[in-house]
Amino acid sequence: MSTYNFDYLEELEAEAIHILREVAGQFEKPALLFSGGKDSITLVRLAEKAFRPGKFPFPLVHIDTGHNFQETIDYRDKMVDRIGERLIIGSVQESIDQGKVVEQKGKNASRNALQTVTLLDTIAKYEFDACIGGARRDEEKARAKERIFSVRDEFGSWDPKRQRPELWNIYNGKIHKGENVRVFPISNWTELDVWNYIRREKIELPSIYFSHEREVITRNGQLMAASPFLNMDDEDLVFKKQVRFRTVGDMSCTAAVESEATLIDDIISEIGASKISERGARLDDKVSEAAMEDRKKGGYF
Amino acid sequence: MNILKFFTAGSVDDGKSTLIGRLLYDTDSILADQLEALQSSNRKNDDGTIDLAILTDGLRAEREQGITIDVAYKYFQTDKRKFIIADTPGHIQYTRNMVTGASTANLAIILVDARNGVVEQTIRHSYLVSLLGIKHIVVCINKMDMVDYGEDIYTTIIDRYKVLAQQLKLVDVNYIPVSALKGDNIVQNSERMDWYKGESLLHFLEKVDTDNLDKSQLARMPVQWVIRPQTEELHDYRGYAGRVLSGTFNLNDKVTVLPSGASSTIEKIEFFDQTPDAAHAGQSVTIHLKDDVDISRGDTIVNAAALPQESKLIEADLCWMDGRALDTSMMYLIQHNSKVTKCKISEILHKVDINTLEKHAADEFKLNDIGRVTIKTADALAFDLYDDNRANGSAILIDSRTNLTVGALMFRAAVE
Repeated sequence: MSTYNFDYLEELEAEAIHILREVAGQFEKPALLFSGGKDSITLVRLAEKAFRPGKFPFPLVHIDTGHNFQETIDYRDKMVDRIGERLIIGSVQESIDQGKVVEQKGKNASRNALQTVTLLDTIAKYEFDACIGGARRDEEKARAKERIFSVRDEFGSWDPKRQRPELWNIYNGKIHKGENVRVFPISNWTELDVWNYIRREKIELPSIYFSHEREVITRNGQLMAASPFLNMDDEDLVFKKQVRFRTVGDMSCTAAVESEATLIDDIISEIGASKISERGARLDDKVSEAAMEDRKKGGYF
Repeated sequence: MNILKFFTAGSVDDGKSTLIGRLLYDTDSILADQLEALQSSNRKNDDGTIDLAILTDGLRAEREQGITIDVAYKYFQTDKRKFIIADTPGHIQYTRNMVTGASTANLAIILVDARNGVVEQTIRHSYLVSLLGIKHIVVCINKMDMVDYGEDIYTTIIDRYKVLAQQLKLVDVNYIPVSALKGDNIVQNSERMDWYKGESLLHFLEKVDTDNLDKSQLARMPVQWVIRPQTEELHDYRGYAGRVLSGTFNLNDKVTVLPSGASSTIEKIEFFDQTPDAAHAGQSVTIHLKDDVDISRGDTIVNAAALPQESKLIEADLCWMDGRALDTSMMYLIQHNSKVTKCKISEILHKVDINTLEKHAADEFKLNDIGRVTIKTADALAFDLYDDNRANGSAILIDSRTNLTVGALMFRAAVE
C-alpha cells in the first residue's frame, strides 16, 4: 500500500480546511472575520479550497476602525469583488457616534481596543454563532492555550479556566443561545508558515506588507506611520524611511519595521533572520505581561 | 519536511517546562522581544540564568502559581522538520489536560527525574500514553547534572522502565539521559556523558518516522459538508467534502456509504483546481460518486472491501473530564467525527487506578477517572477499534445541559 508523504504546508492546509468545513456543518450563522491582513487573506484562500465551486457558507465581516491603511481597504474591496462573496462592515466610527465607546485621548490613543464593542455589536446584530478568525497560537502566549473552537459567553468573554477539552480532530461547537464560538483554523501555523503558504499559493497581498517609502515618526522606540489618526505634536519629528508592516492593524497602533524587502522571498528571509516577533510590532500588547489575556477575556479577537 | 506532533508528560518538578524552553532556546526559536520579556521578568534560576520555563507558562494564574494547568501549544522548526509541542500538566488533577494533549500527538516525551527514578506518576503518564495509543516514546532521564551524570543511575532507571513498558505493551521506547537546565543531550550531545552513545533529543525527534506504526490502511472519509452550487452551469454538481481519516481512496474504487449501506464507485476526486487520482489519509478533498446516493453530513464513505464495525452497543475506555460526575441514567451526546447522536453509558465495567494500574469495580465516574464502559447509542456508529485506527476509533461525550465536552472515548470492541 502506498503511504503519502505530506508536506507540512499541505498538512496545515488540510487541517484548516477540515476546521472550516466543521464550522459550515455545525453552525447556523457563521462569519469570517476579515481584517485585510495576511492571516485573514490566507483564510479566504482556505475557504475557497474548502467550498468551491460552491459559495462560502458565511459572509466576510470587516470591523472597520476608520483608521485603516487605505491600501488595506482598496485590497479588501478588490478581493471581495473577485471572489463574489458578501461583505459586512462593522464601523467603529458608528460605535463612537452612537456614544457606545469613547475615543481614547493622549499620545498613545488607538482605536484598537474600541473594536471589541463594534465586533460584539455586529455579532449580536447579525446573530452570528461562530466567527472565524486568523489568530495563531505562535503569536502570543495566551493564544498558545486557546482552543481552535473557543467558546465565548454573550459578553464575548473568553474564560481560560473553563475551556473545553479539545480532543483528536473532534470539535465541539455546541453552544447555548447568545453564546458564540471563535474559530481559529490556522491556530497551528506560525508566521513563517503563513508566508510560505502565501508564496506557494501566489496570493496577492496589500502593498503595505512590502517595502515602501513612508513618512514616519518615532513613538515608544518604534516607527509609526505619520497619519491624521495619530495624535502628534511639535515634538514628533516626521521623517521618511524605507519601511514595511508585518501586521495590518489600526494605523495608530501598528508599527512599521525598516525593511528593503520588496518580494515575498525577501520577507521570508527577513523573518528567518528577524529578532523581533510579529506582535512585538504591536504597541497594544506591551501594556503589561498579561495584556493579550486581559483583552481576550474582554471579548477581543 | 513534515510535521511531528509530540507531547510532554512530567510533573512540575521534573523540569518539563524547562525542557521545552530549552528546545526552543537552543533552536533559536525565541525571538528578541520575547527574550527581553523573559529577562525583565523577576523569575530567575538560582545561578541567575533565565528561567526558561516561563516561555511555556501562558496564563496569569499559572504564572502566579508557578504551575502549568492547561495545554499550551508551542511551535518550532529546524531545517529537517516542523514540530508542534503540546505542553501538558503532569499532576494527577490535570489528567484530562494530559489526555487532551496526548490525543493529537504521535510521540510522547516522558520525563523521569534522575534522582527519583520511576515513580507513581511515571506509571500514570506511561499508562495514559498507552491508553491514547501513542506508539513512539522517548523517556528522558532528566536532571542528570544533579546525579553527577552517572551512568549507573541511568541504567538502573531504564531497566526499571523496561519492565513497565512491557507491562503496558509500549511499542517503540527510547531512552536519553539529559539535563534540560544545563542543555545536556537536548540539542548537542553532551561531553559530560560520553558513556551515552545515542543521539541528542532533538536529533532523535528530527528523524523518527512515526508513519510506520501510525497509519491505518482502512479507507475512511466522514462527510462534513455537501457542496451543491445549484447554479445553472453546475446544476447537477454534488460533491462530498471531507478529510480522509485513514487509508487511501483511488478513482474507481468501490465504496460503501454508511449508515445507509449504499454502494457506489468513486467517479472523481477534487481538490480546488486539481483532480488527483487518489486521496490519502489527512487530505481534505471533495469526492464525487457515480451513483446518485443520498448522503449528508455525518455519513461516512468507506472502502467497500474493508468495512468498519457498525453497532449501537460499544465497549470503550472513557476518561471523564467534567467536574460533574457521570450520571448513568442520563442521556449524553456522542460526537464521532462529523456524526452526533444521543447515547447513554449503560454500564461501568471497571475503573483503573492509574497510579497502580489496578482495575476495580465502580459505580461512579468522576473528574479524571478512567475505565471501561459500555455505551448505548441511538444511531449505530460506523467505527474501527482505536488500536487499529485512532481517527475512526475515538469520540467525545457532550453533556447537553452544559454543552461541555465531558468525556473522551476510545472504542475497544463492538458488543454483539
